[in-house]
Amino acid sequence: MTTKKIAYLGLLIALAFVFSYVEFLIPINLGVPGAKLGLANLVIIVALYTLGEREAFLLSMIRIVLVGFTFGNMASMLYSLAGGILSFAVMVLAKKMKLLSVTGVSVLGGVFHNVGQIIVAIFVVETASLIYYLPVLILAGTLAGVAIGVLGAMVTKRIGKIWM
Amino acid sequence: MEKKAKKNDIILIVVLIVAALAAYLGILYFQEKSTKDGVAVVKIDGEEYGRYSLTEDRTERIELPDGSYNVLKITDGKADVTEASCRDGICVKHRPVNRKGQSIVCLPNKLVVEIENGEEAEVDAITH
Repeated sequence: MTTKKIAYLGLLIALAFVFSYVEFLIPINLGVPGAKLGLANLVIIVALYTLGEREAFLLSMIRIVLVGFTFGNMASMLYSLAGGILSFAVMVLAKKMKLLSVTGVSVLGGVFHNVGQIIVAIFVVETASLIYYLPVLILAGTLAGVAIGVLGAMVTKRIGKIWM
Repeated sequence: MEKKAKKNDIILIVVLIVAALAAYLGILYFQEKSTKDGVAVVKIDGEEYGRYSLTEDRTERIELPDGSYNVLKITDGKADVTEASCRDGICVKHRPVNRKGQSIVCLPNKLVVEIENGEEAEVDAITH
């Protein structure tokens, strides 16, 4: 990693951390656990498209651990990790297949973040009926993904020029 | 290339929304179906006394050997104890039950009304 890359990654980690804090301050309650905008995913998308997969993964994991220790607990960190890892894996796959634009990749990320969390929740609470939340969570993930994806595409286009 | 990706995005979004709607309708269907199969099982001192389907309205007077009684009333797919000989009347005050695992208990008469099959009880709250 070049010094420039390290500095840029550090900047993005700080930004993702702040976004998580902002979201923690103003929770959007849709009556369903786990549904939120996912502002931090905006930073991860930008990192994925401007820095690369390894850096974006590092960013995602560091953010989850930081946020978990600062505002959450072990349980919330477990949910975040499951959502974060599944969502990231799907986004990288989608990006590599080159069938979708930034928006599509972000939509998949949003949806699978929620799917990952609900899977962990089903195992933790041992209640399969949590699957009833899935339709709402898919819808919420799609909408949040569109919003984040459109923003992400705009930011990537502009930052990419400065960075490259 | 760019344009094609945008088109794929829209297809993906539409597919996801349709999938969410389909899953929602599917869940509604299964919930209704399982609620229909709900049965109120009456147990006295741990022994099964009778099973009453929640689908048909009925009023059942359950007489115990010692002369005490409870009246089980099933209306609108819900089971309720409307009358009882016991002193405290906790079972009478209890709100009607219709979800799997819910129960009404009358301790003095050692009577339990429990819902079997049917839809699972909703989660009260989830904390993170």
